[in-house]
Amino acid sequence: MTRRQTWTGIAALAAATLIFIVPFVFIFLMAAKTKQDASRFSFAWPADWQLWQNFVEVIQTRNYMLLLAYFNSTVITVGAVTGLVILAALVGYVLQRRPGRMSNVVYGFILAGLMIPPAVVPTIWVLQGLGLFKTLHGMILIQIAYNLAFSVLLYRSFIGTIPRDLDEAAIIDGAKPLQIFWKVVLPLLKPVTVTNIVVQSLAVFNDFTNPLYYLPGKENVTVQLTLYNFQGQFLSQFNLLFMNILLVTIPPLIVFIFFNRQIVAGMTAGAVKG
Amino acid sequence: MTRRSPYPYWFFAPAAVIYTALFLLPTVAAFWFALTRWDLYTATFIGLDNFRQFLAEPFLISGMSNTLIYAVTTSGLKTVLGLLLAVLLTSGLYAQGFLRTVVFFPVLVSTIGVGLTFTALMHPTKGAINVALELVGIDGPGWLTNPTLALFSVALVDLWKGVGLATLIYIAGLASISPEYYEAARIDGATRRQMFWRVTVPLVRPATITVITLSLIGGLRSFDLIWAMTKGGPGFSSDVLASTIYKQYQAGFYGLSTAGNVILFLMIALIILPLTLWFNRREVDA
Repeated sequence: MTRRQTWTGIAALAAATLIFIVPFVFIFLMAAKTKQDASRFSFAWPADWQLWQNFVEVIQTRNYMLLLAYFNSTVITVGAVTGLVILAALVGYVLQRRPGRMSNVVYGFILAGLMIPPAVVPTIWVLQGLGLFKTLHGMILIQIAYNLAFSVLLYRSFIGTIPRDLDEAAIIDGAKPLQIFWKVVLPLLKPVTVTNIVVQSLAVFNDFTNPLYYLPGKENVTVQLTLYNFQGQFLSQFNLLFMNILLVTIPPLIVFIFFNRQIVAGMTAGAVKG
Repeated sequence: MTRRSPYPYWFFAPAAVIYTALFLLPTVAAFWFALTRWDLYTATFIGLDNFRQFLAEPFLISGMSNTLIYAVTTSGLKTVLGLLLAVLLTSGLYAQGFLRTVVFFPVLVSTIGVGLTFTALMHPTKGAINVALELVGIDGPGWLTNPTLALFSVALVDLWKGVGLATLIYIAGLASISPEYYEAARIDGATRRQMFWRVTVPLVRPATITVITLSLIGGLRSFDLIWAMTKGGPGFSSDVLASTIYKQYQAGFYGLSTAGNVILFLMIALIILPLTLWFNRREVDA
């Protein structure tokens, strides 16, 4: 490392800290302030630390709405990601192993799914027809439909690295297609499955637009929607609004700390193939 | 008849059912409902009236041009700054790993949370940005209250949140460039600037294509950040297609809202498809 590199490094470090870390520090400071203190918006140390009181107060707001929201968001995330992993692995597997006209058509639809914006009101119309509008099941299926393309591409490219000899050995042993997939292939996909789980959990958990459209109503509130709903109520209580932002930021932070490598792998692999 | 394939097509079936019912069917149906006055139960055919209205109402037209401006601005900035940051963060700097983490983390955070945070930071009088500018004697603008500035302020926050992904893709792209090219260039006496323009930029092309395509699509579709920060305001000055679609939906104009969706679809297709073809052709030439 040359002297010049060290100095540019320190300058970059200072700039990046200012630009990328300061907003998070601001969230934390605001979340710890009193109501009057927070309404000044200043980037200052809290005069009186209220982190715990604010936490309790946010949780209790509107009859423990945030707890319900965490429950709903967890149900949607777990349901959608489980579905995505299984369905996308099945599609990616056949897509990679059996090239031909059929697979080309399916591949075309998948690429379209990455590009086309969902038609919102017609989707509501379909959901109503199926009795799935304003239900968590409906939301889970929507998340599967919208995020399928990305997961399939991740699986497809990874399955290309698994030798066909393994499937063929199982075929000779007389295994049925589903047995081969379930017992031989799927266990080998573990690295890309972990990537899928991590990346898609964050996508589903952070999603705001789709719950806004397809899950209106208090009883179906998700974590991202609470931010939006509380915005009006907390207009004079910015300490509570920012406590809520802090609580919404913590789950991705935890996931990021533990799965940094998988996230980076998934984002770049999926992106470059897509 | 050959023996049954061990890779049966029915493996596609469960995914295909969900994808068709909840994504493809509504997409196709949109082209019909866009031509109707519609209350979700009865749809009355009114021809191209919804589209005429879209092209006649000034605020709907500005929604379309804002969509383009927003997408091009965010995509352009992410491409340029993403590459520069990636070069910087692969040059063996002090605290390089930490810096990569810091730049990338905002990608994973809730867009609404980021939007609300920056709305406070961009407050015209109390916000930390203008307070800091005042310290050095600059009278900061009303970032989100000035109609000519609001859309660009949101675009800047989009850049803050999204540049980490562009950087990450470029870092992967840079890693795939063989060091031999740089050595050959060095032996030929190339300067650092020449190496950047003659070696890095051409060879990192696949990553550039990915970054441009992804960020353009994302920019054209973007809704949540704009909604969290300005709700399209002041007035309609920062409305984009996705936010007018939501506003028309809230107002109960389902046909008009769907027409907006169709316009957005056509806009994305008309921009991305030629771009992809052009990128691919250039790739064959090179």
